[in-house]
Amino acid sequence: MKLGYNFINMRFLLSKISPYVFLIYLSILTTTSTALGSLSQNKDYGDAIVIASSADARTLIPILASDSASSQVCSHIFNGLVKYNKDLELVGDLAERWEISPDKLTITFYLRKDVWWQDGTKFTAKDVEFTFKKLIDPTTLTPYSGDFQMVKDFQIIDDYTIKVTYKEPFAPGLASWGMPIIPKHLLENQDLHKTAFIRNPIGTGPYRFKSWKSQQKIELYYYDKYFEGRPYISRYISRVIPDEDAVYLQLQTKDIDYAALSPIAYNFKTNTNFFQKNFTKFRLPSFSYTYLGYNLKNELFSDKRVRIALDYAIDKQEIINIVFFGLAKPITGPFVVDSWAYNKQIKMRSFDPQKAEQLLKEVGWIDRDGDGILDKDNKRFEFTITTNQGNEQRIRTAEIIQKRLKNIGIKVNIKVLEWSVFILECTEKRNFDTVLLGWSLSLDPDPFDIWHSSKTRQGEFNFIGYSNAEVDKLIIQARQTFDQQERANLYHKIHQIIFDEQPYLFLYTPDSLLIIDKRFQGIEVGPGGIGHNFIKWWVPKHLQRYKEIIQE
Amino acid sequence: MLTYITKRLLAMIPLLIGISFISFVVIHLAPGKPTDLVTNLNPKVSLEARMNLNKLYGLDKPVTHQFRMWFMRMLKLDFGESFSDGRPVLVKIKERLPITLAINIIAIVLIVIIGVILGVIGCVFQDKFIDKLITILVFIGFAMPSFWLALILMDIFCIKLGWLPVLGISSVDFDNFTPLFKLIDLAKHLVLPIFIYVFGSLVGISRYMRQSMIETLNKPFILTARAKGLSNRTILFKHVLRNSLLPLVTLLGLSLPGLISGSVIIESIFAIPGMGRLFFEAVMARDYPVIMGLLVIGALLTMLGNFLADIAYSVVDPRIRYKKS
Repeated sequence: MKLGYNFINMRFLLSKISPYVFLIYLSILTTTSTALGSLSQNKDYGDAIVIASSADARTLIPILASDSASSQVCSHIFNGLVKYNKDLELVGDLAERWEISPDKLTITFYLRKDVWWQDGTKFTAKDVEFTFKKLIDPTTLTPYSGDFQMVKDFQIIDDYTIKVTYKEPFAPGLASWGMPIIPKHLLENQDLHKTAFIRNPIGTGPYRFKSWKSQQKIELYYYDKYFEGRPYISRYISRVIPDEDAVYLQLQTKDIDYAALSPIAYNFKTNTNFFQKNFTKFRLPSFSYTYLGYNLKNELFSDKRVRIALDYAIDKQEIINIVFFGLAKPITGPFVVDSWAYNKQIKMRSFDPQKAEQLLKEVGWIDRDGDGILDKDNKRFEFTITTNQGNEQRIRTAEIIQKRLKNIGIKVNIKVLEWSVFILECTEKRNFDTVLLGWSLSLDPDPFDIWHSSKTRQGEFNFIGYSNAEVDKLIIQARQTFDQQERANLYHKIHQIIFDEQPYLFLYTPDSLLIIDKRFQGIEVGPGGIGHNFIKWWVPKHLQRYKEIIQE
Repeated sequence: MLTYITKRLLAMIPLLIGISFISFVVIHLAPGKPTDLVTNLNPKVSLEARMNLNKLYGLDKPVTHQFRMWFMRMLKLDFGESFSDGRPVLVKIKERLPITLAINIIAIVLIVIIGVILGVIGCVFQDKFIDKLITILVFIGFAMPSFWLALILMDIFCIKLGWLPVLGISSVDFDNFTPLFKLIDLAKHLVLPIFIYVFGSLVGISRYMRQSMIETLNKPFILTARAKGLSNRTILFKHVLRNSLLPLVTLLGLSLPGLISGSVIIESIFAIPGMGRLFFEAVMARDYPVIMGLLVIGALLTMLGNFLADIAYSVVDPRIRYKKS
């Protein structure tokens, strides 16, 4: 009988889990909105948008939400002090404006005075203070305390003015105030981890919570007194559908309006007349990249020329064409592609195996014994690529690298480990030659945790052991620079040094692929994606599919 | 009989403690911590924040200490709170149980009825065309990957024909339906998953039944019955069938723990919020309290199932009735 817990298909399911298991709060920008262009015609209110989510939310208290499903829903219910606009610039959200003191230690936020919590209570500076205190409280199970630990002093000037003083100038601090603010009056005497608010939240955002059926759906409806005006779409329904093929079938019955697609679904499955008639597909940049990281303690990779040779030996476009059907971009460095921090001047090394062989020869790697594998001092050039299970794209990438390196006489073994084991081996034991891994980036480009030489303790993220005094200095300098242009220059320098030294073999950034029902109007594509003006999306009356709900 | 029952029940206690201790240790020995998924490789999560999380979950204490803490709570039937969303384990289980239980009970009843019928047909037409056809069909059902069959059936019945909804257990506007429509809506959603459960599980009972009946047919008492001049029909349905049903009792007893467990695959494809996915998600997130809760309840039901099967056995079969020694 097939009635027991069935694990046969674990792999099948795992492959649906996002390659980037973690998600950074700020990279979700779905609520925010900008003032609409002057061409606002008569837009209709009403209808619902049904979104496919591969997992259920865990908590609707945003400062505790570490999974993307929870953050996604929270982003429609809550607001931070600041947000990113369409062009990925920081603008005010609950804060009308802010000032940075001349010594760059203090940020003064001036809050909006026209904001009410959805239960009718006025939003004030006390809510911000409460959220801040909860974030730095060691008994709060939040993964986001890091940036807020840098705050030396938090001061309420009046109900609508706050002053945040940092221990040292800290530019990423500004973006960290995009953290959603939670209501003091409802949570003050509550245990954040047990309160009923977790499943019945009240925020300041464009949507109010309506219902949550575990593992089935979460439903929100519009908040008519939202400070930027009520959203046009009346209902927001997030349905949990763990299986990707089932999502595709649900699209065909028009039961889902909005879903993320895999490259294969984007390129092939949704190419029928039906999809062209009923849906719009979006190919957007994602805030993540995949790389091959060298263990710099391993003497195989201690010579920079070897690492550069490997960069020449890999055809990144080939990987992208085979693994992503072309739906990704090759990269040269550690910042979000096309963001202001990314140095666009850097020219990618073209695929050139001859040059790679020549460089390796310079270092002394020659096939002396004629077995087809390079050797030096009686040692063969052989190493292992370690990656995590459940991510087919990474495994295929590793296989292509294996084949390309074999052509120039390097033997590559591939080791695939379950995620937790993988993390243990790579971040704690440092027991790897190379890792094939991805980073998901926040919109603030501060690379301190990944590239600063102090971040090499066990369990920290500079696990390849990269250390460059110049880069360390530039990272700190950039942290203390608030001016975006100046900061950009510093990051461009960091990008250049890291590109020249090749501690990672930078591979690609996959595109984020979306499909949305054609009846939704007003979708605007920006560098940050399409979520920034969600509250301005609308559906003409005659195309509306779901009934208006009656407000109580 | 009563002392036997008491003894069996008492023997379960050390067994249950043993099972929970072993499961607890094994789960904690497996690599990975509940805090991993939340924090690992997220550059915004500092090492200090991560250590603090471990401390708050009590994961910095020795495993034996953690077990003692967990066990003392369990004795009060408190399985603790889930690490992933802080809700009590029992609440999470209660939320998922009804749908899994409903699907499994309907499926088991159908499996038994259809399985027995197929078994009888197989025996009556032993080695004839129809017997072979049934054999092939039930084995196809067994061998066919359920996720594939599910997708094919979804494509045919939900998309091409449009008769059934693709997935979930209710429509988006379910709450606004009248009770009758709610029932119809539920039924429509459950037709496919139940069909797939049943089709994949027929082989066990139908083959068992067929074999058992063929064996019984060759027993001497059947020869006696024939010699008495009983009709084939009476022999088959009164003597053979009844005697062949015995092994089913064991099978059904053992399927008791199966009642509360669901298939991860079917639940995922049809987006059914059942127990299979709860367990799967808990394992993937290393959500120790939920895993332990499910394991202990599963172990308890397995033991109870075994026990009930033994009792039922002695009730239906006088030959193995417990004798006072």
